[in-house]
Order: sequence, then C-alpha cells, then structure tokens
Amino acid sequence: MDLYEYQAKELFGRHGIPVPAGKVAATPAEAREIAAELNAPVVIKAQVKTGGRGKAGGIRPAAGPVSAEQEAARVLGMDIKGHLARRVLVEAATVPFEEYYAAFLVDRAEGGFLAMVSGQGGMEIEELAATDPDAIVKLPIDPVTGVDADTARLLAAKAGLPEQAADALERLWKVLVAEDALLVEVNPLICTTDQRIVALDGKVTLDDNAYFRHAWEYAERTDSLEDRARAKGLNYVKLDGTVGIIGNGAGLVMSTLDVVAGAGAAPANFLDIGGGASAQVMADGLEIILADPDVRSVLVNVFGGITACDAVANGIVTALQLLGERGHGRPIVVRLDGNNAEVGRRILSEARHPAVRQVSTMDGAAETAARLAAGA
Amino acid sequence: MAIFLTKDSRVLVQGMTGAEGTRHTARMLAAGTDVVAGVTPGKGGRSVDFGERTVPVFGSVAEAVAETGADVSVVFVPPRFTGGAVEEAVAAGVPLCVVITEGVPVHDAVRFRALANGRTRIIGPNCPGLISPGQSSAGIIPADITSAGRIGLVSKSGTLTYQLMYELRDLGFSTCVGIGGDPVVGTTHIDCLKAFQEDPGTDAIVMIGEIGGDAEERAAAYIAEHVTKPVVAYVAGFTAPEGKTMGHAGAIVSGSSGTAQAKKEALEAVGVRVGKTPSETARLMRGLL
Repeated sequence: MDLYEYQAKELFGRHGIPVPAGKVAATPAEAREIAAELNAPVVIKAQVKTGGRGKAGGIRPAAGPVSAEQEAARVLGMDIKGHLARRVLVEAATVPFEEYYAAFLVDRAEGGFLAMVSGQGGMEIEELAATDPDAIVKLPIDPVTGVDADTARLLAAKAGLPEQAADALERLWKVLVAEDALLVEVNPLICTTDQRIVALDGKVTLDDNAYFRHAWEYAERTDSLEDRARAKGLNYVKLDGTVGIIGNGAGLVMSTLDVVAGAGAAPANFLDIGGGASAQVMADGLEIILADPDVRSVLVNVFGGITACDAVANGIVTALQLLGERGHGRPIVVRLDGNNAEVGRRILSEARHPAVRQVSTMDGAAETAARLAAGA
Repeated sequence: MAIFLTKDSRVLVQGMTGAEGTRHTARMLAAGTDVVAGVTPGKGGRSVDFGERTVPVFGSVAEAVAETGADVSVVFVPPRFTGGAVEEAVAAGVPLCVVITEGVPVHDAVRFRALANGRTRIIGPNCPGLISPGQSSAGIIPADITSAGRIGLVSKSGTLTYQLMYELRDLGFSTCVGIGGDPVVGTTHIDCLKAFQEDPGTDAIVMIGEIGGDAEERAAAYIAEHVTKPVVAYVAGFTAPEGKTMGHAGAIVSGSSGTAQAKKEALEAVGVRVGKTPSETARLMRGLL
C-alpha cells in the first residue's frame, strides 16, 4: 500500500527525520487556518499517489492565509493522472540550497534490500537513471546487520551528500525496518542555505502482508465493489470491460482475463476465489460481479486441482440457489477442467439452470462469454 | 531423474498437526512421499496416524533431523510464525525448505533468504511447492492430474502449473516447481532453468511467468547463454492495469516495468516460443517433442 506524502512525512517525523512544519487540509478554509498557524509563506501540495504533481499544477506557493485558501480551492478536486486530489498538504515554504535523492527499497531481483542515493535530486529517479546512471549510488544492504552510522556516512560520502545527511539516511533505514516498508523514498532530500537537512517530499510503500504486526490505520474505506469484496475476503479488482470473471488462483485468473481479451471482449474484473471454492465463496463472488452494472456475461473458469470439480460444481449450483433471482439476468459460462471434471459437468447439466452454459475448454469458454457479452 | 526432490527425499512437515498441515501431509503420503516427521513446538513426543503410516511429531526441526535424517522441510505454519519456522529449518541445516504459507511479510522473506545463504534452498513463500511425479511431492500440488515424464516445469502460479500439468499429462513431467508469487522468493526461474538444464531426466522445459518484477527478462538472458534444451513459455497478465495488485503480492505493473508484453518480447528475442494461452503453450511443447 502506498502512503500519501503527508502520511509519509508523519512517519518520517516520528523517526526523527526533519520535515517542514505543516498539516493536511480537506477544505480551503482549513488550508487558510493552517497557513495562519504557520505564520509564514506556505506551499499547497495536492495529495495524490502519483508523480508529476508539480507539472500538473498541483503544487502552488501562497504568501499568506488568504492566498492559501485561494490556492487550496484551485488544487482540491483537481484530477492528476486519474487521481483525485481530496486533500492538500499545507506546509511552510522551505527553500533548497541543494537537492538530493535517497531511498531504501526491496530489491526483487536480488531478494534483498538496496540503498539508492544521489547527489542529484528533484527529478524522477527513472529519468535520472536513464540520463545519468552513474549519478546514482546503489549499495546492497545486509538484511541482518542493516544500516549503521558508518554505512550511512559511507553512502552520503559516495553520493556526494554533506556529512550531516548521514543521520537522515540512517533514520530513513529505520523507517523501512520499523514500518515493514517495501520502499522509503525522499526526493528531494534537501540542504537549506542554513545547512539544515530536510525531507521535502516522501514516498512510502508498506507491505500489506505485515498488517498483523502494526497498528496502521491508513485504509480508506469506500462503498466501492473492491472494498465490498475485500470485506468478504475476496480478491477483486475492477476493470473497464463487460465480461465478469471468476477463477481459482491468481495466475489462472490473470490468464483468463488475457484469453477473454484475445477473444475480442474486455474483462470487467479480476476475481480470485482461491482454493476450495465453497458454495458460499462462489455465491459471494457471483454477487459482487453481478452488482457491476457493466457486466453482460460471466465466465467462471475453474481448474480442479486440490479441489475436485464435482465439489466446485455443487458449489456453483448452491451459489445460484443462494443468489436466487439475482443470478438469473445474465448468462454464466462455466468451464470446469481437471480433477473429476466429467462428474462436475454432469452435476451442472442436471441442475438445468437457465443462465448456465458449459464449455469444456478455457479458450472456447472465453469465446462464448465474449460473444454473449457482445449480445450475439 | 528429477530436480531438488526425488524418491529418496525424506520429508518433514512443519505445522503438520494443524488442519492444513494434516490434510496435505495425507496427500503427500498418498503421492508416494516419504514423510518421516512432523514438527510442532510443544507437541514433541506425539505422533499422527495417517493409516498406512504413523508419523512422529518432534518439538524442533533439529530433533526431527537428528532422529529421522529428514532432508526436506515443508512449512505450513501461519504467516506470523513462518519467518521463525524457516529460520529454524535453516539453522538445523535442512538442505531444502518449501514454504507454502501465503501472506508472509517481505522483510521476513528477505531475512530468511539471507540467512539461508546458499546452504538451504528455499522455495516460496506463497507457493504450491514442487512435485516429481511418481517419486515425491513437497507441498500442495495435486499428484493425480499428471504423470511422470521428461518435461520440467517452473511457474510463479499454482493453478497455471496445474493447468499445464493436466494438458500435458500424457507426456508427463520430471519435476514441476511452483516458485511462488511474492515479490521476494527463495528460488527463481533461473535456479530452476539451471537445474533442469543439468538434469539428465529432463528433455524440455515449460516456463510460466506473470507480470511484476523482471525475473522473466533475467530468465530470458540466462536461457540465451546457458540453456540448450527447448523451452516454451507462457506469461499471464497482459490485460492487468498499472498499479493494481493482481492477486499475487508480486503481480503488479509499476509504470512501464513488469509488463507481460516486455516479458514476452524478451523471451521471444532469445528464441523461446511463447503461447498466447495455456492451451497453445501446451501445443507448442507437443510440437517440440
């Protein structure tokens, strides 16, 4: 899960990394109050989980409370690359003398941690990596021993950062470890004219798997289908198409989306009901998918591995009973393969549900679902 | 022959007395696996009756290894205890540790991977394990959907592994390895490609990848340099939108990196045939053999 800048900076502050004084506002009036409290020129920053805010006009200076209110009114509600700015961070304007880049992250390829530090900050790191890769110092970090004061000093020195930046680097590493983060990034980390090190921006990605050992309260609950699915323990991602998709196993579901796209239709969602595929889980899944008004046909793609297909077929039949009338409107194409596939198909045939059609192969089922969604 | 797991492997199960552990131990035994021990802290001295075999339970991995000569551990413990369980297996010097558990924090995986440091091969976490059909199974891959043969399979995804095992069941497999869908896993596509290349019992390789990271691109570079056996591949996730996790914690496209298209192109550039669907991938393999 990615954090907003203001959340990242709260974490940094708690771990002793200097950040500009500031607070988050959801209305122009709040922005005005915060600017008045700060009693200094401020910057109004759109809180969106994407880069390129500055270029999109989402970062605006304001000399005092009145202009803070005006600028916040312009930024709030702004759409930046599909992300709606619901809040702004109002913080004391801080002028950089020099800008750096600092990050610690999980290195997927090596299965370890990596430090990335550069004396050139401010621009996107991908851009810097493309134009001047030598300007980025990369150092693998031993996960057992971590980053101590000496390592931090070495990193700062190699990247051409002032000595006093080492402390911020060491603390940034502590944020990664203490918060189970997959990425902590400061861009830019700055040195002011009076030689203070300040984190001017912040990006933190937390590990969803580590929820159990933290008291995180970052989740934004909405009434979206994705959140309703999550509440039922289902792994659902809404997409733009018209063919609703249910399958067992993340890989098989991803593959099903691709095969449906290859058949000329657009998938409406990703939904993995996992192993087991009990009647209740199948019913919950179908209910979520049929709650999407864009869905015009449904494809249930199950491979019976551990769970035999007869159990899955019984699950589908019971699920349709549980759903009752709600399940009848749109055609449901079912493909069952693997363990006990013949028995499973017979159970579905004998149930004679008006909405259900069976196709024995994945490719064939995708074509049928695509055709039905197109209204043919 | 096979890779990593053979009929001579002696398997212990960490978390065997839990519901999942018991259920899958019974399946592993039915698949011919030589399950020699269970480990549950505090429950040493008991045993579990699986019908044809009664498996002793030990309080620690070290005891289980000393008493039974186990050389493979399969881990079925809940996420919050998985890190500790794997570190225990590593400390006891178990050569192969298969971590089935889903939802293990990435920091824990990084740590046990570092501690294993080449002495213990870790497979997973968040994986279905591996099977050498007709010989042994360590994990949850169903044994009765395929047969023994000479194809090697490596995959991030469990169900796509099963799909291909089933489609090619008449030809059969030497070993099928599910390496797991997490961002950090102990064994990579490349580790398996290397082992299959060296295995005299494997004639051809199926590689299944998915969006996220650059493991498939790296595998492509490895194949170009080191693999002479025929390889066919499948990549899932062409329609995945940017920034959304598709089920597996590691399956996410970030910006332009980790896309299925890039992976497919990297593989095709080194001569690997890439199927558009799992079924087409199976047909490509038939065409090669």
